[in-house]
Amino acid sequence: MNDILYVLLRRLRVPLITLIVVYAVAVLGFTLIPGRDDAGNVWHMDFFHAFYFVSFMGSTIGFGEIPYEFTGAQRMWTLVTIYSSVVAWLYGIGTTLTVFQDSGFIRLRRLRTFVREVRGLHERFYLVCGYGVTGNHVVRELIDHGVRAVVVDIDQERIDSLELDGLVMPVPALCADASLPDILDYAGLQNPHCVGVLALTNSDNVNLAIAIASKVLMPKRLVISRSENDITSANLASFGTDMIVDPFRSYAEYVALAAHSPHRHLVYDWLMNPEHRSLASVYRREKGRWIICGYGRFGRNIARNLQQEGTEITVIDPNPDSIRGMSSAVLGIGTEAITLQQAGVESAVGVVAGTANDADNLSIIMTARELNPKLTTVVRQNLSANELVFANSRCDFIMQPGKIIAAQILARLKIPLMSVFLDHLMQQDEVWAHTLVNRMNATVGDEALESRSIRIDESSAPAIQCKLDEGVEVKLISLLKNPHDRRETLECFPLMLRRNGDVKALPGELTLVEPGDEILFCGRKRDLTKFEWTTHNYNTLHFILTGEDATQSAIQRWISGRVQN
Amino acid sequence: MNREKVIFAFFIVLALTLNFGFFIGEIDNPDHHDVLELFLALVVSLICTVLKFGDRSHLGALMLATSLVADLQLIISAGIWAYGEHIAASGMEAEVMASVVSFAGGALVANITSVILLMVETALIRR
Repeated sequence: MNDILYVLLRRLRVPLITLIVVYAVAVLGFTLIPGRDDAGNVWHMDFFHAFYFVSFMGSTIGFGEIPYEFTGAQRMWTLVTIYSSVVAWLYGIGTTLTVFQDSGFIRLRRLRTFVREVRGLHERFYLVCGYGVTGNHVVRELIDHGVRAVVVDIDQERIDSLELDGLVMPVPALCADASLPDILDYAGLQNPHCVGVLALTNSDNVNLAIAIASKVLMPKRLVISRSENDITSANLASFGTDMIVDPFRSYAEYVALAAHSPHRHLVYDWLMNPEHRSLASVYRREKGRWIICGYGRFGRNIARNLQQEGTEITVIDPNPDSIRGMSSAVLGIGTEAITLQQAGVESAVGVVAGTANDADNLSIIMTARELNPKLTTVVRQNLSANELVFANSRCDFIMQPGKIIAAQILARLKIPLMSVFLDHLMQQDEVWAHTLVNRMNATVGDEALESRSIRIDESSAPAIQCKLDEGVEVKLISLLKNPHDRRETLECFPLMLRRNGDVKALPGELTLVEPGDEILFCGRKRDLTKFEWTTHNYNTLHFILTGEDATQSAIQRWISGRVQN
Repeated sequence: MNREKVIFAFFIVLALTLNFGFFIGEIDNPDHHDVLELFLALVVSLICTVLKFGDRSHLGALMLATSLVADLQLIISAGIWAYGEHIAASGMEAEVMASVVSFAGGALVANITSVILLMVETALIRR
């Protein structure tokens, strides 16, 4: 990576040679032109004095004529050399400045700084390709949790915005095409500290290229890729991409879940989003017809999901081709009252504004609500800059697929057990979900619901492992005791227990813990942090189990053991 | 014929010939060593160094190194000459002249290496 030096030297070749030649000719000239000393004798300046004179003349234009006053010929030569040396210096300095401002040179310098920063990372980090809405969310959350990230994006503006985002840890970022394996390598793809690659760019082809490069170079590394169509998803899955997220499909499923199983939707929402809606906000489903404005990728996915549940739909789309052959479809955008009335807005229960234009979407919702105030409204927000307007639009659901998939990815990165639980949740019925929501509500109320998982082993729960090794039985309920007062129970409960690959949702509190168990808890944030006392501190665990303070040192333990025997 | 190659080879050989011209003669006799030739040898050697900038090949790196050695030797040689001629109270003595010439001799060896490398490069890359 000495490219910078080589480029600089190569560009400066001509100015440097010019400078050397000008100085050489000037010095030579002074030695050849005869002068006169103070006694009037002919005198030739020697190289030493000539070089001395030219040196200070070139840079400062003079301390006077030395060692004797110059003759006319010498002065004339001095004039020539003053101008030529000044021009040579200006040329040299000018070229240097040009090189430093050259876009290619700046790019090279940025790349070099980036590579140095990535090499300097000595803790685990994620490589995030694409810094859009999703990338932004993921990076921010990772940094907030103290995990480093490296960002590559094709757009310099997004890289600049990264610096303005005010992240608490420096994030090395590079503006480059992430589909090039070289760039990925610079970004730390082969770095042993890189724990995962996230391909979140807008282009499926680029995501595919990133995922392939990562799987070829580092087969064991976690790869998460965004994909917008089924062919790419199948392709990604074929070579073992660990997680594939389709923003359109994910959001359609999310909305459909809200429409047909509100309690499961609420459980999902509470677990995935830190700020959740209250229990009272459960969407009360009304059987009836939905209107979908905009039959693009979003519209199609939502229509498919709603139809699977047996909901009747009416589609409004301005493009005659996309609605051809559909029985209940209206041509138009949906922003005018007449189109909505044609679609029968008065008798519908919900409207989805899913066009690619934010202003149109808001207009559809406003018009529809005027015609039928009881409508359930779902609006698609395309640009994050429109946040303010959408937040105040009083819509029931605001579609921001970028945020949804960011939440999915983060759940996978932070708590791998969570995705297992969510899969389990989807297979349960509404009654089960309703019970769970009530329990969650009783536990946390209106506070944020946090979740975390622990694994019973030497490194993440040393105290429990130690107790189990001693042959002591540890029940799940012991972990839920307040470490400061064993009569109290922490405001949290176990969601799931995984033992040898078998999953048990909502395990009973009297379940005995075994080594190798993975347990997912949810509850109040401050209570979840108290776990560490029980899992890590042998004395605390001993106190919780027995109600006595554990003897402190190995010698005391040995003595008390002898006394008991 | 590559014009750039001609200029490059010209300067490298010129640096050697000028250096040799200054070096030849009795080592401590100032009459045998023209200071103008030392000056020209130094200037040409500096130009050679700049010409070798930016070549990223292994051979290019070696050539740059030899050139830097020649520059260093010639600058020291010129410095000793300036000392003998203008600073030392006794003027240019035989010992001082001998060390001026012997430093230039060192530069000569570096310049010879440079020319050998040039020939090696030409022999390796037949274009």
